[in-house]
Order: sequence, then C-alpha cells, then structure tokens
Amino acid sequence: MIASRRFRALLALIAVVVESAAAPDWADILNEARGQTVYWNAWGGDARVNRHIAWAAAAAQQAFGIEVRHVKLADTADAVSRVLAEKSAGRTSGGSVDLLWVNGENFAAMKQHGLLYGPFVHLLPNHHWLDTNNLPLLSDFTVPADGLEAPWSVAQLVLLFDRDRLTTPPRTPDALLAWARAHPGRFAYPRPPDFLGTTFLKQLLLQLTTNHPALGSPATAAEFQRWTTPLWQYLDALHPHVWRQARAFPGGGPALVRLLADAEVDLTLAFSPEAAASGILSGQLPGTARTTGFEGGSIGNVSFLAIPFNSRSRSGALVLANFLLSPVAQARKQDPSEMGARTVLAVERLDPADRDLFERLPRHEASPSPGDLGPLLPEPHPYWMDRLEQEWERRYGGR
Amino acid sequence: MAGLAGTLLPAFGYLPALGRGGFSLEPWHRFAALPGIWTSVGRSLATGIATTLVSLGIAVALCAAWHGTAWFRHSQRLLAPLLSVPHAAAAFGISFLLAPSGWLMRWISPSLTGFARPPDWLTVHDPHGISLTVGLVVKEVPFLLIMMLAAMAQSDADRSRRVALSFGYGPMTGWLKGVFPRLYPQIRLPVLAVLAYGISVVDVAMILGPTNPHPLAVRLVRLFNDPDLSWRLPASAGAMVQGVLVGVGIVIWTGLERWVRAAGSRWVVSGRRHPEDRALRFAAGAVWVLATGLLIAGLAAMGLWAFADGWRFPEVWPDRLTWTTWERHADGLRAPLVNTLSLALGATGMAMLLAVGLLEAEARSERGSWTRFGGLLYLPLIVPQVAFLFGAQILLLSAAMDGRWLAVAWMHLVFVFPYVFLTLSGAYRAWDRRFESVGMCLGASRFGVFLRVKLPMLLRALTAAAAVGFSVSVGQYLPTLLIGGGRLPTITTEAVALAAGGDLRVIALHALVQMALPLMAFGLAVLIPGWQFRNRRALQAAS
Repeated sequence: MIASRRFRALLALIAVVVESAAAPDWADILNEARGQTVYWNAWGGDARVNRHIAWAAAAAQQAFGIEVRHVKLADTADAVSRVLAEKSAGRTSGGSVDLLWVNGENFAAMKQHGLLYGPFVHLLPNHHWLDTNNLPLLSDFTVPADGLEAPWSVAQLVLLFDRDRLTTPPRTPDALLAWARAHPGRFAYPRPPDFLGTTFLKQLLLQLTTNHPALGSPATAAEFQRWTTPLWQYLDALHPHVWRQARAFPGGGPALVRLLADAEVDLTLAFSPEAAASGILSGQLPGTARTTGFEGGSIGNVSFLAIPFNSRSRSGALVLANFLLSPVAQARKQDPSEMGARTVLAVERLDPADRDLFERLPRHEASPSPGDLGPLLPEPHPYWMDRLEQEWERRYGGR
Repeated sequence: MAGLAGTLLPAFGYLPALGRGGFSLEPWHRFAALPGIWTSVGRSLATGIATTLVSLGIAVALCAAWHGTAWFRHSQRLLAPLLSVPHAAAAFGISFLLAPSGWLMRWISPSLTGFARPPDWLTVHDPHGISLTVGLVVKEVPFLLIMMLAAMAQSDADRSRRVALSFGYGPMTGWLKGVFPRLYPQIRLPVLAVLAYGISVVDVAMILGPTNPHPLAVRLVRLFNDPDLSWRLPASAGAMVQGVLVGVGIVIWTGLERWVRAAGSRWVVSGRRHPEDRALRFAAGAVWVLATGLLIAGLAAMGLWAFADGWRFPEVWPDRLTWTTWERHADGLRAPLVNTLSLALGATGMAMLLAVGLLEAEARSERGSWTRFGGLLYLPLIVPQVAFLFGAQILLLSAAMDGRWLAVAWMHLVFVFPYVFLTLSGAYRAWDRRFESVGMCLGASRFGVFLRVKLPMLLRALTAAAAVGFSVSVGQYLPTLLIGGGRLPTITTEAVALAAGGDLRVIALHALVQMALPLMAFGLAVLIPGWQFRNRRALQAAS
C-alpha cells in the first residue's frame, strides 16, 4: 500500500517534470489568452457568488483582455454531463466549458473518465502562495488532485443557529441528541447525498468513532458494519426528534438557511464559518444568526477550479484561474460582505502589501472566533462516503 | 426519436462514452433495487391520476354550473393570466402559503394559534402528495377551462344549453347531458397531456412533493445528474419505466372514460332533469374561487417577496418594501430576456406554421385525419425530458449544432409544437366546412376562403395556441440548458439556477419576470381577437 503510494507520487513527480519541460511560458499564455472568451461554468444558486464572479470577470477583462461569461449552473453535474456528451460525440477540442467550479464526486468522475486538462496548476504563477502545509489542497475528497484542479477556497462544516432562540448551541453529537430531545423538530439536516447531509454523516462517524484510522482507507463489509453501527444507532435515536420527525428532509444548504430565517428550526448546519455573516449581510438571515464549530474540529474541504480536456479557450482559462488565486481576488472573496470564503493562500508568506489586504478585512460580529472552530478534520476515504449514502438511503430513504 | 434511442440503449447497458459496449439487464436490476423506488412509482401515478380527476372535475363542474352567465364570462378574463403563471412560480407561491411558516399560518399566528414559531407540521412535502396535487390542480384547471372554452366556441354549446334549459333541465344537468358528451372528445388530448404531466412533473414535485422518497421523475433527474456517471444506465432504465407509467396512467384513464360513458349514457337518456341544482352550482363556483384564490394569494406572496426587506415569522407583512433586489439584478436580466423572447417567438412561429399546415392538409385530404399520427406527436409530452434530451444532445454535438440559437429553438419546437397542435386541432377540426362551400359559391378561391374566412374565424383559437406555445417555450429549462450549452441563458434557466440558492426574494423576482412574458402573450391572445371582432357580434359571443 505504502509502496504503491510512493510509486504514484514518483509518477506524478515525473509527470510534473515532463510537463514543465514542455510547458509554455506564462508570457505566451498571457498573449494567447488576450481576446479569448472563457465560459466559466459555476453553480449559480447564490446571488453573492454570482456578483463575485461578475466582479472577477470585469477585472479579468480589464487586466488581461479576456472576456469571461458566467454559465450559471443549477447543478455542477449538468456541466459534467455536457463534457461527457461532448466526449461521446467525439469533440476533443472546441468544447463548450472552459473553466469549471468543481469538487468532490464531480471531480472524481471527471478524473476517472479522462475529462480534464492538466496537470496545469504548476503553470499558474500564483500557485507558489498556496498554503499546502496547513490546508488539504492536494486532494479533493481524498482523491489526489494531481494538479488537475486549482484550489479556490476552503469550507468547513459548522453549526448555524439563531442566538435569540438558542444561546449555547450543542457542539458534540451527545449534546446535540440531548438538545433535540428537549426541543423536538427544531434541528434539521439535509438528506444525503446532498453534500451537506453527507458531510454531517461523516462528521458524526468521525466523532462517534473518535476519528478511527480505519476510516482513512477502504474497508470490508464487516468493518463497515462494525464502525458504522454507532452512527445508525445515533440516527435512530435522533430522527424522531428532528424537523418533521425525519418524514421529510430539506433539500440542501440554501433550504436550511430559509428554515432558520423562517424560524422553522433553531439549529442547523452550514458549510462556511461565514454563513451567518453573509446571510445577515444579504438580508436573508436575522441579525442574531451565528455560526460555531463542532468541539474537536470538523470536516473541511476545498473547492477547486478545473479545465475540461476539450476547452476552447485554454489559455484564457489558465489566466483566469491564476487571477482567481491572486491575493487581490482571494482577499475580496474572503470579505464577509462579498462571499466570506476562506482563502487558500498562505497569508503569512505574502508580501506586506498583499498581506495587508487580508489583515484589513472587517470581522463580522456573526463570524465565529478562531477558537470556536477547531481544526479541519480530514475526510474519510471515499469508500465510506459511498457506502454511508447507500446505507442511509436503505435505512431511512424509502419510507 | 434519435434522442429516445440515446435513452433506450443505455437502459440495456450500452453507453460507449463510459466504456460500456455490451448489452445487459444490470441497469434494470440496479434501478429496481433502489430503496423505496416502487413507493416513488406509486406516488407518481397516484398524483397524476388525482390531479387529472380533480382538475377535470372542477373545470367540468364550473362550466356546467355557470356557462352562459355573466359571472362566468367575467371570470374567464382571469384564465389567461392564471395560465401564464409558470408552474414553478405557482408552486413556490403555494408552498409559501401552505408551509407551517407560510402566509396562512402568519395571518392567524400568534393571535389565534399562539404559535410564536411555526409548528412542526408536514404540510408541504406531505408523503401522500396532497400539496403537490393541490399545486398542480390550481394550474391545470385554467388550462382545461381554456381548452373547453375553445372547444365550446366551435360546438354550439350555448344554443344546446339554452335548448336544454327550455326543456326544463337544470342548468348543470342540461350542460352535462347536452354539451359535455360532444365536448369531451375535443378536449381528450389536453386531458391526457395533463395526466402525463402530472405523472412526470419535476419542478413542481421538487417544490411541493414528498421528499422521502421523492416521486419517480425527481429521482430520475437526480440519477441522471449523479456524479457517479454509471448511474446513467439505471436512470435510463428508470426513464423507460416513467414512459411506461404514463402509458399505464392512460390505460387506467381510458378505463375510467369507458365506465363513465357507460354509466353516463344511461343517465343522459333517463330523462331526469334535476331542475333544482342551486346548491351544487354554488359549490362548484366556490371550489373554483378557492382554487383561484389559492393561486392568486400565492402569487401575491411571491410579489411581496420580490420587494421584501426582512420578513420573519410570524409577521404578516414584510418590514419594508424596497427596490433593492430589482436594482441588484436588473443588469443580469437583459441578455436572458432577449434570448427568452427570440426563442419563444421563433419556436412558436415555426410551430404555428407547422400546425396550421398539417391541419389544413388534413382538412383537404380525403382520408380524413391522417395527421393523428398516433401518440408519436405527443412523445415529447410523455417521455420524461431528461431521458431523451441526453441522447438528442449527443446527436446535436456530433453535428456541431449545440449552443446555436437554431438548435435550441428547434428543441423548443419539439415541446412547443404538441401543445400548439393540441390547442389548435380541436377548434380547427370542428370548423364547419359549410362556410367553405358558401365562400366558394360566392366565387372565392379555396386559398382565399382559407385566408379570409377560415383563419379569421379561427383567430381566437390561433392566438390562444400561439400564446400557449409561447408560454411553453418560456418555461423550457432542461432543453435550453443542455442543447444551449449554457450559451443562451433565458429567464427560466436563470430562475432555476437561483432557485437552487433558496433566497426567496431573488426567486420571487425571477418568477415575476418569467410570469410577465406569457402574461403579455395571453393578453395579446385576448386583445387581438377582441379588436378584430369588435364589429362581428357572432364571433364575440363565441368567447
């Protein structure tokens, strides 16, 4: 196992060396990019994200002469389907997707089916500032990114609540269960395979097994049963006390924000520590919304930018991806009044002027203090994710 | 058709893009093994049948009870606006009324209920699909009513009703016995379209339907979208099941029709007149008012949300009304609006030419209705979109046609045409050919009669069909996205993308804009004939 991992790392290294030998100069890429149109396919469900993308598009137009069009997706899988359809139809160049906001299963599927261009991350000048030491930027849901996607921002599972209705939120599974018993119907989590719902299952699994090392690799059916038994017992106990007694489940993160805003629940989940701040700033949540972390830390992951294998404007996509990794773009993205998404850069290594961009960012009163959040916990191996979703579906999905 | 093959082959394990070259039944096994899948299937079928029964029941009862009265004529003006409301917008409106944190609950909370917080009740998303059925019914009743009105204009309904009244029949009985049996064959296809739609609807089912498990169509969309691409194979199998399910629905419905015909024909000739039906008539009116009221109140709630700044439970009204949401989104609306309009006009124009051409050729052909090419025409209404679009997309990609305006407009045409044909054919086929003979006796050429007598007489049906086609095109989501490759954003693709985000204000804004376009089309559909016929009394009365 270890040998093969080392071998794979070696292969990746060779690939990087070979690629960079043949790699075009950044100046050439900039030249080629000028005048190109980049179709950036990105989830369009959040007006604030859309505004940030519009800002980046205008900035890139001005600085690099590339025209950026945001293709607003309701589901990233729509774009994956499109690239797949293009491959089926034999279109190996001139594809319709140039840059794609992607992560997790969508990335894994694209990588597996050879739908991605790259590795390209080493081509981007700004990749030197990536905080690879402290953040899990090299793999996406444990699937090695292999330079096929550039990190864009960091997210972490947090609890979202209304301070007016709940002063001290429960921050461990046991406390959550006790609180739910005392406040029936006031907690909700989305149904897996919504990523927030699945992440909640993984978070529970990590905490209920005290982060057992077995979760880091595939397991046998017997092992799966052994390590997940506490999780199912926990959910069996929790479900009678959640929103609608688990006879219906909210669709996903945005639905949860609405449930909290409508006072249908007092406590739920979010995938960004700034979820409360940005919800307040956009007027969706009352000023008393807050977020806090799980005791002992919670699962975090990274969203990425990838370039499909048949992108029509590859140079333009590279230039845009590099711009999105610049301190200017990253600091703007981290601003709670913009998007509130944590940067992937190692801020302490930046030039003072660039560092200043981050240090001057306002801290919103609804943002959790760093002490609340705890460390980023690593994702379990994808084996667990698939099986958890299937088993959840089998147990609770068909009622 | 090719698109359908693109669904059929994967259902049996053939999808070369995923490295699947062989044929097997494995996709079917995987589909059948999905937890709760048969519950989903049952729910879809039940929702479709219930929706059709209730909608038709309300529409028929209303026509029977009130046709020919001034009140009925007035309330007809509501139909076009109601019909132009996109299904998703109506569903959002209804959900905001009926949810425990919804408007109805806010009106009585906390004063009457004592609820300072919404109760934990399963009203929308209820497991039996009742709120889903309600949401569909309020949209389908206006559709069926418009179809019935168009058909009645052609079948001398008013005189039949008056004859029946003069024989001492109660108004409802007279209409049911004298008009309905002749009317139903003309509206049968629209009724079946309602049935098929109810069984395979996706967006409304996502907003109002059961969530554990979802109805079949919603699960299929999710399977087709699953990042694990191998799920496409079982999803294709599921799409076949969905198609068969619509077939099963139609068979059940046909059985119901037979039974009603058998029971009804005895009743029609029984001579019973039921002259005193006042209570029943008022009940029918009340149900209609309730259904319309629900829809209108839901839309009013949507309208408020588009301007709301802070609106928390249990407040009945928003804290403030502002233009902020509109200002933020005005720029982003321009390009989608242009695309929406051009696609809708193009597709509707093509569909109208095609439909009139086919119907006219049929009218002139000796063999009669050869254009009833079976269910073929209606395949796009019956096969779930998500299923054959994937196949069609690959086809268009191979021809390097994707992302072009023409390809998207053509794909819209596939969906627009059946509705246009459906709306138009009843009136067109029922047109009294004696007018043609008269015209030709007066020395006009056949084409002259067609142009100067037939088309003007059918103007109301034509404009109605065009408006229906226009609104169908405006509502297209998946075809626009898949075939357009995201290059041609429309109001609907924007609305659905933003609906995923859950900010009600933004959703409401887009729903309002999405609603405004068909509303204008239907407005024109009413105004143009009204203006044309301003000095032709008989044609006015036909409305």
